[in-house]
Amino acid sequence: MYVHNYDTVIIGSGLAGLCAALEAKNAGTVAVLAKLYPTRCHSTAAQGGIAAALGNEEPDSPEWHFYDTVKGSDFLGDQDAIEVMCEDAIRTVVELEHMGVPFSRIPEGKIAQRRFGGHTREFGAAPVRRACYSADRTGHAIVFALYEQCMLKGVEFFSEFHVLDIVVEEGRCQGVLAMEIKTGKLHAFQAKATLVASGGYGRVFKTTSNALASTGDCLGMLFNRGVPLQDMEFFQFHPTGIYGLGILITEGARGEGGVLRNSRGERFMERYAPTIKDLAPRDMVSRAILTEIKEGRGIDGKDYVYLDLTHVPRKNIEERLPEISSFCKIYLGIDPAEEPIPVLPTAHYAMGGIPTDVDGRVLRDEKGETIEGLYAAGECACVSVHGANRLGCNSLLDTVVFGRRAGRAINKELKGLRQGNIKKEIVNQVFEEIDRLLNSKGKEKIGKIRKQLQQKMMEHCSVFRTEEHLRMLLNELKNIKERYRDIGLKDTSRAFNTELLEAIELGHLITISEVIAESALRRTESRGAHYREDFPKRDDENWLKHTLAFKKNGSIEFAYKPVRITKFQPEERKY
Amino acid sequence: MKRYIFRIKRFNPETDQAPYWQDFEVKLEPMERLLDGLLRIKEEQDGSLTFRRSCAHGICGSCAMKINGRNRLACQTLAKDLPDRVEIEPLQAYPVIKDLVVDMEPFFSKNEEVMPYLINNNPPPERERLQSPDEQKRLVESITCIMCGSCTSACPVYWADRQYLGPSALLKAYRFIFDSRDQATQERLKRIIHSHGLWRCHSIFNCVEVCPKEIDITSHIAALKRFALRKGLKG
Repeated sequence: MYVHNYDTVIIGSGLAGLCAALEAKNAGTVAVLAKLYPTRCHSTAAQGGIAAALGNEEPDSPEWHFYDTVKGSDFLGDQDAIEVMCEDAIRTVVELEHMGVPFSRIPEGKIAQRRFGGHTREFGAAPVRRACYSADRTGHAIVFALYEQCMLKGVEFFSEFHVLDIVVEEGRCQGVLAMEIKTGKLHAFQAKATLVASGGYGRVFKTTSNALASTGDCLGMLFNRGVPLQDMEFFQFHPTGIYGLGILITEGARGEGGVLRNSRGERFMERYAPTIKDLAPRDMVSRAILTEIKEGRGIDGKDYVYLDLTHVPRKNIEERLPEISSFCKIYLGIDPAEEPIPVLPTAHYAMGGIPTDVDGRVLRDEKGETIEGLYAAGECACVSVHGANRLGCNSLLDTVVFGRRAGRAINKELKGLRQGNIKKEIVNQVFEEIDRLLNSKGKEKIGKIRKQLQQKMMEHCSVFRTEEHLRMLLNELKNIKERYRDIGLKDTSRAFNTELLEAIELGHLITISEVIAESALRRTESRGAHYREDFPKRDDENWLKHTLAFKKNGSIEFAYKPVRITKFQPEERKY
Repeated sequence: MKRYIFRIKRFNPETDQAPYWQDFEVKLEPMERLLDGLLRIKEEQDGSLTFRRSCAHGICGSCAMKINGRNRLACQTLAKDLPDRVEIEPLQAYPVIKDLVVDMEPFFSKNEEVMPYLINNNPPPERERLQSPDEQKRLVESITCIMCGSCTSACPVYWADRQYLGPSALLKAYRFIFDSRDQATQERLKRIIHSHGLWRCHSIFNCVEVCPKEIDITSHIAALKRFALRKGLKG
């Protein structure tokens, strides 16, 4: 057992964690723990861009961005937080550029911008060029620049350290217990401030754009420690995943002029969103695609539609969309400039997560009380700027704006925080749990249970939901939990035991799935990404509020809190 | 579904004296990835089979390994392109930790030697620094690197000299030296011009052959060499 003491410990080396680390380093020592090598984080997979009303290509304003984000969120986003994000967007992107991010450029040398879903000028009049991009590898470009800045600044990285527990005890966060994957040894990181920036959990679903590592471990740990999870029923399905694989084709493909077509060759989005058509928000486009398929207009009667780029100039595809072109060539054997791409919605982004205020402080209840020493930012957190549905390019912005703000809050508050102290009993509990798992000799294989979980979540809890299906899912989850208690591992070694890690991850996937299903069952309305076929209308009278799920006495209990509305009153959401 | 034999080089540091080969039979659809085969073996046959993986579509750089003698990403290698028998080994020239997992630290540490961060000491302007599309395009290939380690592992110069910076670190140096916004050219050149640096590259092109992002690394290194010559730096 190794004990480390740091001022700040950050879990996750994606964009939120790296931004927070750069800030927190100004006030003291910082350790970043990552279960992969830092630049292998899933932020690198972000393709299309980061939203900011720079106005480089055409007039734009932060206020329009603010409005679009509120409307995109189906009015569930907290408007004070959204305003903070959109007002800070320009400064954020400029600062990233100064750090070296190699953005694509327009002839006069400024950052290039393109259209993206739900981003409009003059409050919905027409699409606007707001997405700043580096070809279709924007996340990758930003991750490397920030990681390199962290190196320069002396942030310490603990690569391939798998977090086992976030110790929230005696009303505050004491630090983190983690396993060094290479050796299997346990390390305690005691901290004044702990920031969770662990990313998403798309691996609860069978078809997802998310990495195999996106298993939401930290949400499971915190939930088990009594921290609530907010708005977990809202999970975004991206309209254009490669059919059969779920690999993402950026919305930037439609931003560059691509259109969706059904088996009749019809540009069907004209019917669903007459003004901005294929650039409608993702929840609406995903539902439109699945409706076309349900009504028999999938290609060749199968369950996919086409994303058609064949009319987009080849030069634009090669220069602005090289990565997705390469995916099409590798995984489909097609050239997107010549042939349309078969696509189907894919589980992409969690709007819900660990509740925080606008400075990343984790909230313990619906009244807004905070937990001393505990912060969260990025996809794992719920500020909430995305409400019921996130707009494309707002996730990178969220991670950078709120990662930085959390880091700055830590700077200010560090002096008033005691060094965390992780008690022996807690360490022993974790030791025992690891030993128990290593020695588990049950008859169930984790791979099979995981497959069943992902399959059932997909069947009963994806784009369309009903009470009947959600109840069936909850029954399945009971069965899955039973099976999980009877797992057996083959690998009993300590060094690089990925089977053990997968077993731990599976436990958290099951926990998160239950919270998603229970939250979805209770919300008897349709809003953003949460669509209930048995309650197809948005119900502002009863449901203009955030869900908070708590673990109490072994079961899940719920509380709700109002949405903060400052400027834009809820209105019918038409595009 | 077609049947394949995956012949995998295995090693568990806690129980094995030396690596050994083990055969697994696995069925794959033509458009499935070799990675899908490895995942299936781990799920259904042997949970102890150990390899790195994450994004599964060629952007995180985790799953580089030697497949039938050539370094590739398991997630970018499709079943339809494989023969019936597939030999799978860890990347060569890095120490093996377990099965297909190697210690990448020797690879990553080389990168740190070339000052891999933008240096510009002018006070930042209010808006972005200007850069022309052509200046930016010069960087496009070099910023595509995912640090999978395939190139350096395939480089005969690196096999002979483990202190050699290697193709990936030199590509990183290129990325900053040719960035119109960077001001540390002189210092960076000093970091790459030494007995284990730039001039050790003998243009063997192995790196180009294995790069999963199809980066023409050797040409980038050649551009660095021409640039160094113009500056009168011959090593």
